[in-house]
Amino acid sequence: MATTTQDLAAGKLFEGVRHKVQSHLSQNEALVFEKSSPGKKAYKMPPLDVPAVDPQSLLGEAARADLGLMPELSEIEIIRHFTRLSTWNYAIDLGMYPLGSCTMKYNPRVNEFVARLEGIAEAHPYQPESLSQGALEVIRLLKSCLLDITGMDTITLQPAAGAHGEFTGILLVRAYHQSKGNPRHKIIIPDSAHGTNPATAAICGYQVENLRSNSLGMVDVEQLERIVTEDTAALMLTNPSTIGVFESEIHKIADILHAKGALLYMDGANMNALVGKTRPGDFGVDVMHLNLHKTFSTPHGGGGPGSGPVAAKKILEPFLPTPVVVEGELGADGRRLLRLDYDRPQSVGRVRMFYGNFGMFVRALAYIMANGPDGLRQTTEDAVLNANYIRKNLEDLYELPYRTPTLHEVVFSDRRQTQKGVKTGDIAKRLIDYGFHPYTTSFPLIVPGALMIEPTESESKEELDLFIDAMRQIAREAEENPELVLNAPHATRISRLDETRAARNPILRYTPPADKPR
Amino acid sequence: MGYPGSYRYTREHEWIEVGAGKIGITDYAQSTLGDIVFVDLPKVGATIEKGKVFGSVESVKAVSDLYSPVTGTVVEVNEELATAPEKINTDAHGAWMLKVKIAEPSQVDALLSAEDYEKYVKEETH
Amino acid sequence: MRYLPKSPGERIEMLEQIGARSIDDLFSTIPQEYRLERDLDVPRQMAESEIVDYFRNAASKNAAGYTSFLGAGAYRHYRPVVIDSLVQRGEFLTSYTPYQAEITQGTLQAIFEFQTMICELTGMDIANASMYDGSTGAAESVSMAVRVTHRTGVFVARTVHPEYREVMHTYAQHQGLEAETLPFGDDGRLDLASLEQRVTEETACVLVQSPNFFGVIEDIPAIAEIVHKKGALLIVSIAEAISLGVVRPPVEADIVSMEAQSFGVALSYGGPYCGVIAAKEKYLRQMPGRLVGETIDTQGRRGFVLTLSTREQHIRREKATSNICTNQALVALMATIFLVVYGKEGMRELALHNLAKADYAAKQFSSAGGARLLFATAPRFHEFVLETAETPEQMNTKLLKQKVIGGLPLSRWYPELGNATLWCTTELNTREQIDHAASLLQLDSEEAFTRA
Repeated sequence: MATTTQDLAAGKLFEGVRHKVQSHLSQNEALVFEKSSPGKKAYKMPPLDVPAVDPQSLLGEAARADLGLMPELSEIEIIRHFTRLSTWNYAIDLGMYPLGSCTMKYNPRVNEFVARLEGIAEAHPYQPESLSQGALEVIRLLKSCLLDITGMDTITLQPAAGAHGEFTGILLVRAYHQSKGNPRHKIIIPDSAHGTNPATAAICGYQVENLRSNSLGMVDVEQLERIVTEDTAALMLTNPSTIGVFESEIHKIADILHAKGALLYMDGANMNALVGKTRPGDFGVDVMHLNLHKTFSTPHGGGGPGSGPVAAKKILEPFLPTPVVVEGELGADGRRLLRLDYDRPQSVGRVRMFYGNFGMFVRALAYIMANGPDGLRQTTEDAVLNANYIRKNLEDLYELPYRTPTLHEVVFSDRRQTQKGVKTGDIAKRLIDYGFHPYTTSFPLIVPGALMIEPTESESKEELDLFIDAMRQIAREAEENPELVLNAPHATRISRLDETRAARNPILRYTPPADKPR
Repeated sequence: MGYPGSYRYTREHEWIEVGAGKIGITDYAQSTLGDIVFVDLPKVGATIEKGKVFGSVESVKAVSDLYSPVTGTVVEVNEELATAPEKINTDAHGAWMLKVKIAEPSQVDALLSAEDYEKYVKEETH
Repeated sequence: MRYLPKSPGERIEMLEQIGARSIDDLFSTIPQEYRLERDLDVPRQMAESEIVDYFRNAASKNAAGYTSFLGAGAYRHYRPVVIDSLVQRGEFLTSYTPYQAEITQGTLQAIFEFQTMICELTGMDIANASMYDGSTGAAESVSMAVRVTHRTGVFVARTVHPEYREVMHTYAQHQGLEAETLPFGDDGRLDLASLEQRVTEETACVLVQSPNFFGVIEDIPAIAEIVHKKGALLIVSIAEAISLGVVRPPVEADIVSMEAQSFGVALSYGGPYCGVIAAKEKYLRQMPGRLVGETIDTQGRRGFVLTLSTREQHIRREKATSNICTNQALVALMATIFLVVYGKEGMRELALHNLAKADYAAKQFSSAGGARLLFATAPRFHEFVLETAETPEQMNTKLLKQKVIGGLPLSRWYPELGNATLWCTTELNTREQIDHAASLLQLDSEEAFTRA
């Protein structure tokens, strides 16, 4: 069935039509190695102003003979190559990512600009402290903001990402218990938790105790009371939970743990529902990590870099990773100079070299400044408003396994659609045809066939309506024309890729064909 | 898909065919794993212990440990699975991984029968 | 607030549709006692120009206009401008981890190209960009070696970056591993006799850095022979990736853990950087982090996907959860572009410039009376160690007055080396800067000489 302009006009664009010709700006783009040709250049070194050296005589046997198939291209080819590749990517700048717990919000451009200012981008981590006051001041101010946002007493910015922050947080828990003379062996984790939680606990040598959620998808407080003992080091909790629900009994949860000397760890992935409205430190959390690349707008960049600060109560301060930014002597202008304190005898040590992903601190601080207290509060309110708007407009077509009020994200199940053989993964792929990135599929596990949706505050009402419309349309398709959904996506340049083949016969690098000389 | 009556089963979803000492994973296991891409098995002559990890099976989604139903010595490894791990997906109860010389036959009695295993799987998936 | 795409009218409309009277209704599940009734204590909302002013001001207080001879794990190299033009494209900057392959082929193909080039440069068969930086990469490599060999002995050369060693110590603690340190000889290289003596059949791995913390290139073939004789793995950590343009790759290594910051990633006061792990084919399934693999789509077209899930997250099969991908995609993309810009000829020429500058600087600095070049007999790349008559503090104070940041004092980690400092020259240090610094050092030593 061919598409005609009339079909387009009649709004029949996606009805049962599989596109054969991919109308895309960049049809194909070879690998750089396939475009390479000896003698092409994209660089020019300035003339060498010191005597030239012969590597053979300087390095002897350590000298390199050959650089193999490193490519040779000109500048325009490089610009075209990567520009073309970029047109194959979906991105926040193009549209919504309803990925649950990922908080795919707008990445402000001023963040990129300030991160590239010379004194910031070119600052060497071992510069004398007297010449790094700008950098240290940024660190100090960001810490201060994050402490007030979280309601905590102390914080480290060293961890490089969320999982790294979890690891650091659990190290702090361990050091604390060891200092108290009872190292403890168990960490309790709800079955709704993300996979990194138990993995982190295991890496740190703890035994993981599973806590089953109650019928509302929340922490079963009675069960918790039964299993917390003097051998429990901590409970790792996500709040709001991974189904977007605020644990209203959080104080009871904290009390139960504290009564037995255990600590409450909070996974801060869902902070976008809390900033400016409530603070984890106020409701009993002892230690938590933040994700600057989620809540604080630093860009995902195709998968990283991130930053995972860990905030904690005063009792954990002695154990923070080294070094810590502290105030030193009075400077010429009457303000205290900042310095790095390495004298931390009880510290858990370093979790990475230098001080953390400073480039991300700059971006996160710029984001906080652009918002101010009112902007941050409004951001959280809009995030929650958006998620509830979606929930309201889809709950008649998609099953809501838990009817408890939700905050910044909502989790549906594919139960109705599976009756026609259509699963969450298929619906997600069909959503791509409508111009959206899929939501999070199959997680959390307490919802079979989950559709986890978090719009964030960055979506306008118009975008949300488009998304809702697409989801409603797909629900109809699942009923009337399941094949269309099962074989999606249809409108992408490339169709479903064979992941099994990739895993069974891994090809992880380019190898020139046998007849082509290296 | 029925579970062969002559096999015995574990709660970790392995099966053992007592006569030949063959061990594999159940159809339920392969269906939750998805397309299997790699199987990591011990060498012939290795000792495996009941309840302990003896290898792993990797799917596109994840890696899963394999727990031994019995204690014994490995006498044969199914070489086919090295190049065609997909056989586990198409015929889980026929694609054996190891042949084991069982040290203590009585251990087998503690394992689940086909009926009990089927019930267990139903409970798991409620 | 300008990042929020909603008008007050639309908010009211949406609330009505939801059936809520006010936005506070939607937060009713938060117990009253925990609701924050005050404004957060953060700077008031600022205009974009004010934000820029704040950071310009901060930037000006960071060694603006100084000449630097610092290296030690973070290197100042020229960043071709095409890098930022390309990575600031929204489709790269604001894209997510490429789980949905059909709409992320840009990221995936670029990573595949990155993996290929890293293999070519390091002499390994497989590579990924999943580590936060060189230090955590080194720690992960050790874990990998332990998994492969099922042994627990770990040796780390003392010539490995001290902060890398601190990180490895933190990580090793929970795995019940004890990393022992191997000494260096007078030539600034790992003491082979000591290595030979201490490696046993219980050793999982030996980790060395080359060029090492002193800038000295280790004798990788000799080290490998000793290590492999006992069935242990050799891990080579590379802190200065540019060296691979002119230094032979550590092909005898089993695992190469690299910091790729030198490939077009800004210094940025210590992060974000780009950790890479590369290894021989046989260790494929013990590689941490994700890899990009080539495959085909339903129409037979070539495409790329994330493949081979991470092995640290062993999970029970009844609970197949999604795995987190902690890769450094954007910085890896910067490195990819950098490598393609310089290419086969450029990587070599760039490395030669670095080598030449350092050779010249070492000669100039050590010809001053009071300064002595340490570890002079071994081959070096672009860093060297100087021992001065004056203390590093005195020397650096004088240099700073002339807006020169001199070598890094080493006594904190190597007290036995006395007044030693670590110097680095890259293609960005001009002859003028080197000559100027040499004259200042000459001044120091003459003063010291007359005083003594």
